[in-house]
Amino acid sequence: MNDQSGLNFPWLLQMAWRDSRRNRSRLFLFVSSIILGIAALVAIYSLGDNMRREIDNQAASLLGADLEISSNKQVSPEIKRFIDSLGDRISEERRFTSMIYFPKNEGTRLVQVRALSGAFPYYGALETKPAGAGKNFRNGQEALVDQTLMMQFNVQAGDSIRVGNAAFAIAGTLLGAPGQTGLSASVAPVVYIPLQYLEQTGLSQKGSRINYNYYFKYDRPVDMQALVKKIEPRLEAAGLNYDTVESQKEDTGRSFRDLSRFLSLVGFIALLLGCIGVASAIHIYVREKINTIAVLRCLGARGSQAFLIYLIQIVGIGFIGSVLGAALGTVIQQFLPVILKEMLPVNIAVQISWGAVLQGIILGVIISLLFALLPLVSIRNVSPLNTLRLSFEPMTLFKDPVKWLVYLMILLFVFAFTYLQLDKWREAIFFTAGVIIAFLFLVGMAELLIWLVRRFFPDTWSYLWRQGLANLFRPNNQTTTLIVAIGLGTAFICTLFFIQAILLNRVNLSASGNQPNTVLFDIQTPQKEKVLAMAKQYGLPVTGTVPIVNMRLESVNDVTSETILKDSTTGMQRWIFDREYRVTFRDTLTASEKITDGKWTGDAGGSGRAVYISLEERFAKRNKIKPGDTMVFNVQGSIISTIVGSLRVVDWNRIQTNFLVVFPKGVLEEAPQFHVLLTRVADKESSARFQQAVVRQFPNVSIIDLGLVLSVLEEIMDKIGFVIRFMAGFSMITGLIVLIASVIISKYQRIQESVLLRTLGASRKQIFVIIALEYFFLGALAAGTGILLAMAGSLALAKYTFETTFTPQLIPVLIVFFCICFLTVLIGIANSRSVVNRPPLEILREEA
Amino acid sequence: MEIVLNIQNVSKTYKSAGHTLTVLDSINFFVEAGATMAIVGPSGSGKTTLLGLAAGLDRSSSGSVELHKVRLDQLNEDQRAGVRNQYVGFIFQNFQLLPTLTALENVMVPLELRGEKNIRPRARDLLNKVGLADRGHHYPAQLSGGEQQRVSLARAFSNTPRILFADEPTGNLDAETSEKIIDLIFDLNREAGTTLVLVTHDLDLAARTGRIIRLKGGKVVSDELTGGRMIVV
Repeated sequence: MNDQSGLNFPWLLQMAWRDSRRNRSRLFLFVSSIILGIAALVAIYSLGDNMRREIDNQAASLLGADLEISSNKQVSPEIKRFIDSLGDRISEERRFTSMIYFPKNEGTRLVQVRALSGAFPYYGALETKPAGAGKNFRNGQEALVDQTLMMQFNVQAGDSIRVGNAAFAIAGTLLGAPGQTGLSASVAPVVYIPLQYLEQTGLSQKGSRINYNYYFKYDRPVDMQALVKKIEPRLEAAGLNYDTVESQKEDTGRSFRDLSRFLSLVGFIALLLGCIGVASAIHIYVREKINTIAVLRCLGARGSQAFLIYLIQIVGIGFIGSVLGAALGTVIQQFLPVILKEMLPVNIAVQISWGAVLQGIILGVIISLLFALLPLVSIRNVSPLNTLRLSFEPMTLFKDPVKWLVYLMILLFVFAFTYLQLDKWREAIFFTAGVIIAFLFLVGMAELLIWLVRRFFPDTWSYLWRQGLANLFRPNNQTTTLIVAIGLGTAFICTLFFIQAILLNRVNLSASGNQPNTVLFDIQTPQKEKVLAMAKQYGLPVTGTVPIVNMRLESVNDVTSETILKDSTTGMQRWIFDREYRVTFRDTLTASEKITDGKWTGDAGGSGRAVYISLEERFAKRNKIKPGDTMVFNVQGSIISTIVGSLRVVDWNRIQTNFLVVFPKGVLEEAPQFHVLLTRVADKESSARFQQAVVRQFPNVSIIDLGLVLSVLEEIMDKIGFVIRFMAGFSMITGLIVLIASVIISKYQRIQESVLLRTLGASRKQIFVIIALEYFFLGALAAGTGILLAMAGSLALAKYTFETTFTPQLIPVLIVFFCICFLTVLIGIANSRSVVNRPPLEILREEA
Repeated sequence: MEIVLNIQNVSKTYKSAGHTLTVLDSINFFVEAGATMAIVGPSGSGKTTLLGLAAGLDRSSSGSVELHKVRLDQLNEDQRAGVRNQYVGFIFQNFQLLPTLTALENVMVPLELRGEKNIRPRARDLLNKVGLADRGHHYPAQLSGGEQQRVSLARAFSNTPRILFADEPTGNLDAETSEKIIDLIFDLNREAGTTLVLVTHDLDLAARTGRIIRLKGGKVVSDELTGGRMIVV
C-alpha cells in the first residue's frame, strides 16, 4: 500500500533546502539571538585555554622561586637552621601592615610592607618604573611604592616615605610582583623595603604581627615533590606553610577557574535568553508553515518527514549561527585580557583556541536544537485537513507528552552544562533551580502585568493608546518572551548596581550616628596612655582601649590537629588549629553581644580556678563545640586550659572590635599584648590631621578609617563591577537582538494591520503613534519586571546575606527604566518604518 | 464493476463546549472506477467534511470509508498519508501550492515522496499538458491564479491517482479562467481514466459530472445521475 521506503533522507535534505530558500534571512534572524551567547562562552573558554597555557609557561614566575616557606610567627633557632639548610640561594621577606607617611604632602596610608633580602624573585621580576628600580632599591635605604599610592599621593621616584622610624627614598613605582593581581594591590597596596633596614623602622618588635617568608632557589635539578614530602612533617610540626611552583600553579589555576566559571555561567544565561528568543521565533515560523506542512501531509508526507524537514533547517541555521558566534567570540577574546587585567595573575598572549571554538559550535547547535524542538514537535500533529480549512489547534502541553520530554531535556541540559562548569552537584542544582525560578518569576510577572494592564486600563483613553496596548495581546504576540529577555538583562544590570549600593551603604551605616569610624591598632602597652591622651587632645571621644592577645588553639576536648587528620567524625574543621586567635579579656559584654547559651563569666576569680571563656555562636556550632567543652590555648608558649562557659551572638556589622573568643579578667593580663583604640573623627580634615600626628609620634600604630574602607571598597567594586557589567551586557544586548528579531518576524502581521488601518483612513502619524506606544508599553513592562526582580533579589540579599536594610535609589532606577523604554521604542520604530512610510499596496505586493 | 470509494454509514461528530455537533449523519454511497461525481449543498451542509473523510484527510466518528479496498478508518495518519500518496490526487480552491517551491518542484513532490527517480521529464511533461512548459522555474507568487491552479492540476495527476478529489476548484477564479480549468480537469481525467469527486456550489459545473449527491444538514438528501435517474444507495 505505502511503498515509501524509509524516511527518504536525501529528499528531506532537498526539501529543507528548497523550503528555506525564501526564508533564509528570517531563519538567520532566529539564530542571531544565540550568536552573542556563544560568542561570550567561546571568548571565556578561549581565555581559559590561553590562561592555562600561560600559567603552565609562567608557573615559576608566579611564585618567583622554587620553594616558599612561610610562618606567621618568628621561627625557632632550630627551625631557622633547618630553613637555612634548604636551597642553593635564599631570600627572606617580612610582611606586615603598617602606616606609611609621605612627608611631601603629609599624607598617611595603611599599606602592606614587604622587607626583602636576597635576589627574590628568582623567576620573573619585580616590575618597576624605572625598570632597574626592582633590583637597585636593595642597595640603599630605598623603597618601591605601589603605583596606586604613587598616584594617590602624587609622589615620584626620588621623593621619600617614612615607614616606622625610618625614612626611605622612593626608588621607583611598583607595577607588579610575582603572583600579584591589580585587585590584590587595591586591597593592600605594597611597599618594598630592603630587609636590612627593618630594624631601623622599629616595627619588628615582639608582639608585632609579622609574616615570615623564605624563598628558595635551587641551581641544580631537584625533585621538588620528593623534597617537599620529606620536609613536610617537620614544617607542619613547626606550624609552617609551604608553596612550590606546582602548588602555586594549582592555586592560581583554581582561583582563575572560579573566575572563568562565574563568567561562563553569566555567558550561559545570555545564551539561554537567546534560546528563548529562538524558541519564540520558531514558534511563529512553524505557525506560518502550517499550511505548507498540511499540503505535504496531504500529498503523502509522514508526520516524521514533515518534522525532519524543519529540524534539518534549524540544525543548519543553528550551526551557521554557532560558527558566527564562535568567530565573534574569538574576536572578543582579544579584548578580554584588557578587561580582566586587574584579576589576571599572568600576562596573556592571546591565541585562537580551536577547542573552545569547537565547544562553542557544538553547544550552539545542541541548545538551538533543544529550544527549537519545543515549537517543532507540534509539526507532527499538523493535520492535512488544514488544506481544506484552517483547523489547527495547538496541542496543549498536557496532551503532548513529547513536549514534556523536551522540557525535561532542556532542564537536564542546563543542569549538565552547569555541572560541567562548576563540578559540584549542589551548586549545579542551585544554579539550575535559580535560573528556572528567575525565568518562572519573569514569565509569571509578565503574565500578571499583562493581565493587570488589560483589566485596569481605562476604556476612556484615546483609540491610539488602546490600539497600542491591544497590540501586546495580539495573536502570536511575543510580549512574554520579550519581557523575559529584556527583563532578565535589566534585572542583571540593576542587581549589580543595587548590590554595590548595599555594600557601600552598609559600610556607611556601620559608622553612622555616634558609632566609631576610626580604628587604631598595634598600640603597645607602654604607648596606651599616650595614645589615649593624644586622642583626648584632639577632642576625640574615647571610651578606652581593647587589649588583644594572640594565641593558638592546641586542643578541644583532647582533640588536636593530628587527631582530626585520623578521625574525620569530630565535626571540627582543621583550620581551627591552624589559625591564630586574637583574643580579648573583659568582665562585661559589649552592646553588640548577647549570650545565647551557657553563662557569661566576667572574672576568672583568681589563679588555680577553672577559666570560663565565651565563644561566638556560629564559630562554636560550625565546629560542634558546646558549653562545658574544654579548650586548651597556647599563649605564645604558655599553655592555658579553659572551659567553654557561654556562646554569644555578635553583631559584626559595625566598626567595632568583635571576637570569636573572649576570656574573663584575671587570666591574660600579663600576656604579651597590643591594644586597639576606637574613636570617631568628625570629618576628613580632622581625620588626616589626627592620623599624621599618630603616625609621627607612634609609627608602629596602624589606622583604619572608614574613608579608607570606603575608597578600597569602591575601587574593588569598580574593577569587579566593570567585568560583571561587561558580561551582563551580553544578556542585555541579547535581549535587544531578540527584540529586533521579534519585530522583524511579526512585521508581516503588522503590515496587514497597518494596511487595513490605512485603508480605513488612519494617517501615517496615527499608525506611527500606535507602534511607538506599543513598544513603549513593551519596554516599560520588561524594564519594570526586570527592576522588580532586581529589587526582590537585592532585598533578599540585603536581608539574609548582608543583614542590612535596602532602600533602592530611585533616580538611577528611573534612568535605567527610561533608557530601556527609549531603546525599545527606537528599535520598534526603526524596524517598522517601511510599514508606516510607504503606500499600502506597494508593501502588500512586495510581501506577497 | 470496480468500486474505488465505498462509504458506509459514515458519521462525523465534534464535541464543543459540552455539546455534540453532528456534521455528517449516516452517509452511504459508493463510487465506481472512472466515474465522475459532484457533491453539492449549501454552506455548512458537510460537503468539505465528507470530502476530507473520503480522501483520508480525517477519520470518521463511525462507519467505514474504503478507498481502493483499503479501510481508511482503520489506519493511522501516517498510513493514510501513504494511501493518499499512492491513489489520491487533490485540487483545492486556494491551489495550495508550496510557496517556497517552483512550479516544477511542486509537481515533482508527490513522486519524490514515493522515492521515484528521474521524475523531472514526467513533471515537465505534465506542466506541458497544462500549458505551462515555460513557467516551471517560477514560484507560485509569480504566477496568476489560473496558472497556479494549472500547476496544482499537473501536481494532482503526477502520481497517476486512482481518484481525484477537487474542492471548489474554480472558487477563486474568474469565469473565463474557470471554464478553461474545468475543461482541463475533465480532459486530463478522461485521458488518465481517473475517478473524479468534485465538491462545488456551482450547479453548472456539477452538471458536467455523471452523478450529483446533494447534502443538507449533514445528510444526503438526493443522489441522482445527471440524466435524472435516482440511485439507490
